[in-house]
Amino acid sequence: MKKEVSISAIKEGTVIDHIPSNVTLKVAEILNLDDVAGIISIATNLPSKKMAKKGIVKIGDKLLTQDEVNKIAVIAPDATVNIIENYNVKRKLKVLLPDIIEKIVKCSNPNCITNNEKAETRFYVLNKTPLKLKCHYCERAMNKEDIVLL
Amino acid sequence: MAFKNRDVISINDFSKEDLLHILKAAKSMEKSRPNLLKGKILATLFFEPSTRTRLSFIYAMESLGGKVLGFDDTKQSSLQKGESLWDTAKIVEKYSDIMVIRHPVEGSARLMAESSSKPVINAGDGANQHPTQTLLDLYTIQKVKGTLNNLNIGMVGDLKYGRTVHSLTNALSHFNPTFYFIAPEALQMPQNYLEELRQKNIKFVKEENLMKVSNKLDILYVTRIQKERFPDPVEYEKYKGYYKLDESLLKNIKNDLKIMHPLPRVDEINKKLDSTKHAVYFEQAANGIPVRKALLALALGKIK
Ligand SMILES: [Zn+2]
Repeated sequence: MKKEVSISAIKEGTVIDHIPSNVTLKVAEILNLDDVAGIISIATNLPSKKMAKKGIVKIGDKLLTQDEVNKIAVIAPDATVNIIENYNVKRKLKVLLPDIIEKIVKCSNPNCITNNEKAETRFYVLNKTPLKLKCHYCERAMNKEDIVLL
Repeated sequence: MAFKNRDVISINDFSKEDLLHILKAAKSMEKSRPNLLKGKILATLFFEPSTRTRLSFIYAMESLGGKVLGFDDTKQSSLQKGESLWDTAKIVEKYSDIMVIRHPVEGSARLMAESSSKPVINAGDGANQHPTQTLLDLYTIQKVKGTLNNLNIGMVGDLKYGRTVHSLTNALSHFNPTFYFIAPEALQMPQNYLEELRQKNIKFVKEENLMKVSNKLDILYVTRIQKERFPDPVEYEKYKGYYKLDESLLKNIKNDLKIMHPLPRVDEINKKLDSTKHAVYFEQAANGIPVRKALLALALGKIK
């Protein structure tokens, strides 16, 4: 198998590939990797056959759970996630949209409390494709084109 | 679901059984219970004026023997000095057993309920929810028609921005209604509400001319076309006074049609209709009392 790019292989950990390049840093931020002890490498603007430009996040010594992976569903629904053990792909995980999306998305209603006071956002997924969310606070529905990340 | 300590934030938080339970409790509050809430304190937090709603809560609490603390003069109190609603709820819960909040920002009541360990009742959060209004609307319909089931419900006026008609549509959807949405296209019921009705297989008709459908209706719910809801004042000028109900309506209605209005009215309903057997809007406003009594008593665990 020919590798598209090579950034250092990891022995144990998680590799998230095929992230839209422009949200790669956001993916790392959402995953909240502050407490990870292993090496984290982030690459953006990589050439890709499947997409225009892609990003990769490699997280050493940390095996992401399905719930953790699902947090990036809003911004990188087509990312591929490989769990690596002893340099081999042990498992592949799909990114699944959770039923509730917390903290990641901004409410599009300017008169919503989450845009007027410090309050963490929470949305219910009304529809997966096309994505439609309902704000827990102001109860407004938001279509895909109105969705803005925090 | 148990009602003790339960917040009343959105009509959408309540199942059909919950709604019927509250209406039953409201009916039991029609008789005097002067000591039911003795020793309990209600805090009213009105960040925007709504005299009728506030007085209705005060009256309900005091006639059940409870006390009311008002934090309503928001211009002078610390409430206006940049204190977060989250912190305000934490402070007010120390002085009270239950709180009622009205605030122009949508979702504010939900946030305060999450902050407060005491139950919170939403008395209106901007264009979003006003669940006690919806409950008193349901209570009124049940009272004047004897049932909530299988009714032909007409709604006329501003259906696009009207918070009360949106909530009432959601609540009545539990009871197999047929809706008649009477408004010019620009003020018609928003698509997402119509889509929800289609998904629930609820029949509805959109119509601009009230007289074309008036003879089908069991209930006609009239709303004011509110200037402050319009993003564009020119648009408002175009539609204000679009519907003015008067005696000519009476020629083409069912004998037992009941006309409702959340009040205050401007000129949507001519005063000449007030004395007819069809007008129930003042009775409707008065029904806020037993409904709010019931919600206070349920949340405080004094009735089941
Ligand atoms: Zn919102």
